[in-house]
Amino acid sequence: MSELDHAQTTRHISVTVNGTVYERDVLTRTHLGDFLRQELGLTGTHLGCEHGVCGACTIILDGQPIRSCLMLAVQANGATIRTIEGLAQADGTLHPVQEAFWDKHGLQCGFCTPGMVTTLAAVLEADPTLDETAIREAISGNICRCTGYETIVDAALQAASRMRGDH
Amino acid sequence: MKASAFAYHDPKTVQELNSLLGSLDNVRILAGGQSLMPMLNMRYAFPDHVIDINHIAGLAEVVMTPQGLRIGAMTRQRIVREHPLVLEHAPVLAEALHWVGHVQTRARGTIGGSLCHLDPAAEQPCIAALYDAVLHVSGPRGPRDVAMRDWVMSYMTPNLEPDEALLGLTLPVWSAQGQTIGHGFHEFARRHGDYAIVAAAALVSLDAGGVVRRASIALAGVDVKPVRLAVAEQALVGHVLDQALIGTVSAMAATIEMMEDAHITPAYRGRLAQTMTKRALSDALNRATGGRNV
Ligand code: FES
Ligand code: FES
Repeated sequence: MSELDHAQTTRHISVTVNGTVYERDVLTRTHLGDFLRQELGLTGTHLGCEHGVCGACTIILDGQPIRSCLMLAVQANGATIRTIEGLAQADGTLHPVQEAFWDKHGLQCGFCTPGMVTTLAAVLEADPTLDETAIREAISGNICRCTGYETIVDAALQAASRMRGDH
Repeated sequence: MKASAFAYHDPKTVQELNSLLGSLDNVRILAGGQSLMPMLNMRYAFPDHVIDINHIAGLAEVVMTPQGLRIGAMTRQRIVREHPLVLEHAPVLAEALHWVGHVQTRARGTIGGSLCHLDPAAEQPCIAALYDAVLHVSGPRGPRDVAMRDWVMSYMTPNLEPDEALLGLTLPVWSAQGQTIGHGFHEFARRHGDYAIVAAAALVSLDAGGVVRRASIALAGVDVKPVRLAVAEQALVGHVLDQALIGTVSAMAATIEMMEDAHITPAYRGRLAQTMTKRALSDALNRATGGRNV
């Protein structure tokens, strides 16, 4: 198009990310993953494919795991977001899913890990009774180049057990 | 990656949407974004205007009407899959959604988006064909309804003018006094969550004697649009549904003309169509005779 109206290519948004309210002017064409990484400096959210295939960019938006590369930042106006940086407590206590990834060697290079952990945190917080089949289904949209998935599933099962309060 | 520059619009009402559609050129409508966002990121699509319909009130409702189950275009796949009215009146839709994408994409993806994107192997258009759905379209010249059989114009092209938008669809769901309805949905894909190579959906309504009074079978992935197996449906009606009949009827699925691509031969598609139809009909039989009105 010849002339782009500034008001239509830039918007002011307010988002709550990991408990902090951020107000920013964003280019409307910026996707949410780029916004988190480049505008907010939250580089824990990884971008692998940027077309919705790998799951590395998963964040938790208003309680639901979503692919941050498949949403415009402007669409997150008013939303509450949790990223991998927001899962551990302020004192450094890890989320049960993070703890279990540590215990069970659920990562090697770590590229897929933010997406795996945010996905599993969201689904297990909603329902910690998920069995192995349901866990495999939950991470079916997250691709891991390294682990062969077995240790990730082991970690998820341990996290689920802890989150149920089994021990 | 960065999409090419576009002007962003977020109408709050259908009236605003209509007037934007009536006045702008080279527009893409952004619903759940699970197909459009990849196309924008990779610059396969480079619209001058993106109209985000996520803020229009009333486009994500699921209600029963005298015509059937009406589902708003912006209803997220996650919501459709768990909706009590869907589970009660059109459980085959919930079952098909199990195969659609992943937890992260179903959280954003919408039924209307799938019906406009129209991947030939997509599950939701297949269910719309199964039910002879009616699609509700809006534009500057007013609303109009389109039958599912007239919806797919060509490869990935819905029956929409450039200034029109899909607002929702109605599934004329089945019910009949003294009959039980069974459903089945099966597909084969290389990886879970991919579009199917071939998918089959089946609905049967059986009377107390197990005789088929009404049948519908739809296939996805065999042609550019979902295909109804009318001959097979006719072969079912009036007969007691059993495994022998299912075998005969499923074989008909392999005889239709199959599309071909670089990866899948028509013969293999035909084999899959037969097997998926058989599994879908077997599930439908089990459910109809299990005494549950599913
Ligand atoms: S970066 Fe979003 S799915 Fe791969
Ligand atoms: S740990 Fe390397 S991609 Fe998963």
